[in-house]
Amino acid sequence: MSLEASPLNVEEVREDFPVLQREVQDESLVYLDNAATSLTPEPVVDAVTSYYREMNANVHRGMHSMSQEASEEYERAHDVVAEFIGADGREEIAFTSNTTEGVNTVAFGWGLENVEEGDNIVLTQMEHHSSLVPWQQVAQRTGAELRFIGVDDGVVTERAVDEAIDEDTAAVSVVHVSNVFGTVTPVEYVAEKAHDVGARVLVDGAQSAPNVPVDLDDIGCDFFVFSGHKALGPTGTGVLYGRRELLEEMQPYEFGGEMISRVEYESADWADLPWKFEAGTPNVAGGIGLARALEYLDDLGLENVHEHECRLTRYALERLEDDPEVEVYGPPSGHGDRCGVISFNVADAHSHDTSDLLNSEGVATRSGHHCAQPLMDLMGVPSTSRASFYLYNTREEADRFVEALDVVKEVFA
Amino acid sequence: MSRDMYRQRILDHYRNPQNYGELEDADVYYMDDNPSCGDEIEMYAVVEDEEVVDVKFDGKGCAISMASASLLTDKVVGMSLDEVREMETEDVQEMLGIDLSPARVKCAVLGLKVLEGGIVEYEAEGA
Ligand SMILES: Cc1ncc(COP(=O)(O)O)c(C=O)c1O
Repeated sequence: MSLEASPLNVEEVREDFPVLQREVQDESLVYLDNAATSLTPEPVVDAVTSYYREMNANVHRGMHSMSQEASEEYERAHDVVAEFIGADGREEIAFTSNTTEGVNTVAFGWGLENVEEGDNIVLTQMEHHSSLVPWQQVAQRTGAELRFIGVDDGVVTERAVDEAIDEDTAAVSVVHVSNVFGTVTPVEYVAEKAHDVGARVLVDGAQSAPNVPVDLDDIGCDFFVFSGHKALGPTGTGVLYGRRELLEEMQPYEFGGEMISRVEYESADWADLPWKFEAGTPNVAGGIGLARALEYLDDLGLENVHEHECRLTRYALERLEDDPEVEVYGPPSGHGDRCGVISFNVADAHSHDTSDLLNSEGVATRSGHHCAQPLMDLMGVPSTSRASFYLYNTREEADRFVEALDVVKEVFA
Repeated sequence: MSRDMYRQRILDHYRNPQNYGELEDADVYYMDDNPSCGDEIEMYAVVEDEEVVDVKFDGKGCAISMASASLLTDKVVGMSLDEVREMETEDVQEMLGIDLSPARVKCAVLGLKVLEGGIVEYEAEGA
C-alpha cells in the first residue's frame, strides 16, 4: 500500500475549508464529489467578499476610483490565469461562466466559420456532453462528419489517434483528464497529429487544470477551456484560452456591450482581446475569486496536489480491487496516468442506491451517467457511482469511503 | 436515514419485479426517462371500458424506481383511467410505505409518470 507521507500538509489545508467540519446525516462529512465541483477555501471566499465590501463597481467604464480599482483587479485576474496555464498574456484569456460556455464559443465562433462539408471533426469516445453536444451541432449545421477516437478502458492510445485523424480533419476536441476514469489523454500527441493535417485542437481541461500541472507550451493546443468552480474558484467562473492569432480572426459568440470598440447604427467593431469575448458586465467578483483560487493552488504546487490525489486514489483502488463485490471501471491501480477519479458499481445495486446509502454514512459521491451517456452505453452499464479526491481529502476519508461500501453490500447482498 | 428505505419488500420487488416485460397488443404504450440518471421505463397497458385490465413494464433503474413501477402495476389493475391519472406523489409514497428523501421522489414517481403519459396519449388518440 502507498503509505508514504503526502507532499501536502493536509491538516493545514483543511483548516481553510470550514465546510469540511459540517455533518451530514449525523456523520462528519466526507466530500468525494470533487470532480463535480470543488469546495471553496477561505482566501477565495475573502477575495469575493472583499470585492463586494470594498470595491463593488462595474469594470472597464468608470471614471471613479472604485471602478478603476475593480477594473484593475479584474484585468489582473486574467494575468494570473495566463500565468497559471502558461498562456502568452491576458490577451489569450477570456473569462466564461464555465467549461461549457468555452466549448460553445469555440464551436460556434471558430467551428461554424471554418468547418465545411467533407471535413471531419474528431472527438474521443469519452467526451463530456458539454464538448460532445456543441460539436454535434457544428457537424449537423456544416455537414461535416463526426468521428471518435476509440477508448479502451479509459485509455486513448496513439494508434487510436492515428486511426481517427486524417487529411480531412478540420477540428479535434478532446477531454484532457476523463471525468469518468481519471485517465489522461495524450494531448501533446493529439495536437501534433492534428497540426500535421492543418486541423485546430481544443482541449477540455475541466478535470486537468484543477489537478495536474498544465503548460500550454508543452501541450501545443489551439484552445483550452476549464471551469473555475472545479478548481477551488467560485461557481459561474470559467476560462477560454485561445492562441492570439486565432482569437484575433475569430468571430465572437456573444454580442453587445463591453465587447465593442466602436458602434454605428448599422455595424460595429470589436474590442481588443480578450474583451471581444466578454460581452456584457462580467462576473467581476467571480473572476477575482478565480484568480485567488489559482494562486492558492499555485502556492501549494500543482505537482504536489496531483501527487497527493494519485496516492489517495491508488490507496483506495488497491482496497477496492481486492473486493469481488465491487466493479471498478478504467485501468487498474498500477496504471501510470490515473488522476483522482474512481468510477464503480457495487454488487447488483444501482448507482443511485449506492450513492444514497453512502450518503447515509456521510460520504458524498456522485451517481448516474456523469454527462457521458454514450460512454455508459459503450461500457454496457446504465450508470456508475463516482468518488473523486482533491487536495483536502485524507487517507482516513478514503478508508471511510471503502468501509461505507459495506452498508451497500449488506443491503444488496 | 436512507437505509430505512431499503426494506425487504422494496428489495424483493427490485430483484423480482412483478409484471415485468412487454405486453403484446397493448392499447397504452409509453416510454420516458429520468434525465438526471438515464433510468428508463416503458409501460404497456390493455384497456377495456375505460379500465386498466392488464399492465406490464420494462426498463432499468434503481431499487426505488423499479420497486415503485412493480408495485404500481399491481395496484392499477382494475382502476379506471381517470383514477390512474389522478394518482399523486403521495399515493406513490403510500404504496411504497417508506419515507423518500427529496432526491429520490423522482425515482419513485417515474413509473407513474410514464403510465400517465401513455394514458394521456391514448385518450388524445381516441378523442
Ligand atoms: C471533463 C469535463 N468537461 C466539461 C465539464 C463541464 O463543466 P461545466 O459544467 O462547468 O461547464 C465537466 C464537468 O462537469 C467535465 O468533467
